[in-house]
Amino acid sequence: MTPAAVVLEGLHLRFGRTVALDGLSFSVAAGSITALLGPNGAGKTSTVEICEGYRRPDAGSVRVWGLDPRRDGTALRARVGVMLQDGGIYASSRAVPMLRHLAAFYADPLDVDDLVGRLGLESVRATYRRMSGGEKQRLALACAVVGRPDLVFLDEPSAGMDPQTRLAAWDLVEQLRRDGVTVVLTTHLMDEAERLADRVVIVDHGRVVAQGSPAELTAGLEVLTFAAPESLPLDGLAAHLPDGCVVSESRPGHYRVEGDVGPQTLSAIGDWCSSQGVLPRELATGRRSLEDVFLDLTGRELRS
Amino acid sequence: MTTTSSAPGGLAPRPGSAPRARILAAQTRAEIGMTLRNGEQLLLTLVIPLLLLVGLSKLPTDVVGHDPAIDAVAPGIIALAVISTAFTGQAIATGFERRYGVLKLLGATPLGRSGLLVAKTLGVLAVEVVQMLLIAAVAFALGWHPVGNPVYAVLLVVLGTAAFSSLGLLLAGTLRAEATLAVANGLYLLLIALGGVVIPADRLPATAERIVSLLPSAALGQGLRDVLLHGTGLPVQSVVVLLVWTAVGGLVTARTFRWS
Repeated sequence: MTPAAVVLEGLHLRFGRTVALDGLSFSVAAGSITALLGPNGAGKTSTVEICEGYRRPDAGSVRVWGLDPRRDGTALRARVGVMLQDGGIYASSRAVPMLRHLAAFYADPLDVDDLVGRLGLESVRATYRRMSGGEKQRLALACAVVGRPDLVFLDEPSAGMDPQTRLAAWDLVEQLRRDGVTVVLTTHLMDEAERLADRVVIVDHGRVVAQGSPAELTAGLEVLTFAAPESLPLDGLAAHLPDGCVVSESRPGHYRVEGDVGPQTLSAIGDWCSSQGVLPRELATGRRSLEDVFLDLTGRELRS
Repeated sequence: MTTTSSAPGGLAPRPGSAPRARILAAQTRAEIGMTLRNGEQLLLTLVIPLLLLVGLSKLPTDVVGHDPAIDAVAPGIIALAVISTAFTGQAIATGFERRYGVLKLLGATPLGRSGLLVAKTLGVLAVEVVQMLLIAAVAFALGWHPVGNPVYAVLLVVLGTAAFSSLGLLLAGTLRAEATLAVANGLYLLLIALGGVVIPADRLPATAERIVSLLPSAALGQGLRDVLLHGTGLPVQSVVVLLVWTAVGGLVTARTFRWS
């Protein structure tokens, strides 16, 4: 049993009449990468801010390396790295001086030149206020790790990054894990969670709605998709499908069958399509993606 | 040195804080550097006080009410310099640091919130030393002959710094950054003109004088004039007014300051 880096139990937090956290509990194994995945407003940032000691929950308990982030802040600040959504970097500062400044706070910081090289920041000469979104994010990531922390919290680390810089950031995060650093990141990007995380905690409405490794979360249900003319009368097909299968038109002309997909499902679809006089094209079966799991759990309607 | 971190991996945790003194020195240096390298801050903390010092010292002595004029003007400019750094400059810088999450991020490092406040205070005091040296040098060149006990003057400057820092941080910790900018600059101009800083409050109508003399700006300006122009002992009323503003401002700031 690996020791837990973070243990959250029954966290409740309200902002006025808005419930931000509603009994949220999970723990983070030391040396792992945990992704908090959820739609905007699900409570991800509030959760991270409680772990960082910025907020006190209305109820529930928080332990980071066995310590209380509010009471034992001094001990934790030396070993926890933080990347904020709003940067936290002086607008007039350039990348290397900012990192050298933060490095001076730590006993044995990373080599700043090496760190800027890893993140492709060595050629960035602009002040923070004039950096691109991706440059700002990479600098904020570098600030979170420069003190050689054993735990880092990354709030939306790859927001605003182009695909190349996102890969550089992901490489750094994976390297952190290989070197024994525990990483907790928030994201609403499925590919980020799927690629990086040992464990995904899906949060919605301030609660954990599912958790597990990406493989565990996507296991079980199979999916069959095919393309055909729009607006077919699916009621007839539903009646022919084996129990436990659900069919829907996921977007016009694209159909999706989920559930206990097996050989009978395929033949039922073939029979029904032939009775309709249509040819199912692009027929494919596979596992549900993390995105499917996520959307099933958190709903497909848009939220403001 | 670089071999450990440029080797494959090289990110292995080695957490630990630097010694407290080194952390505070680094942050204080940064605070001073940001003030002295920022054009607007330089305008506020050095250019405006020095221009006013030279300009007002050239006014006719009957307008200033003292001969030579520089003796009456210099103490007020010292007070103005304190207000520009401790109040306006600090409020604006801190307000934008709050908006950009800098206060939040630094609060999560080994510097911590208390260390950040200590460094900001040390930074303000260091900038004030630079201001005082330059103002004194220019004033002496203009024929300034201060009298009184310089220890009292230093004490007033420290008390004024405490009072105006607490008020500046009150703005920075509650208002939006743009509002802090506007209010801090507006109050600065208002206090220069009517706050008893360079123009003694007793030049104002009697009712206004009674109110203005209770402001920290008038307490600081008049206190410094009492000591450096009239050679009085410790100006008790100024000390009390500044202490009350510090206590009230500090208390309200501690209760209302938002770090992000």
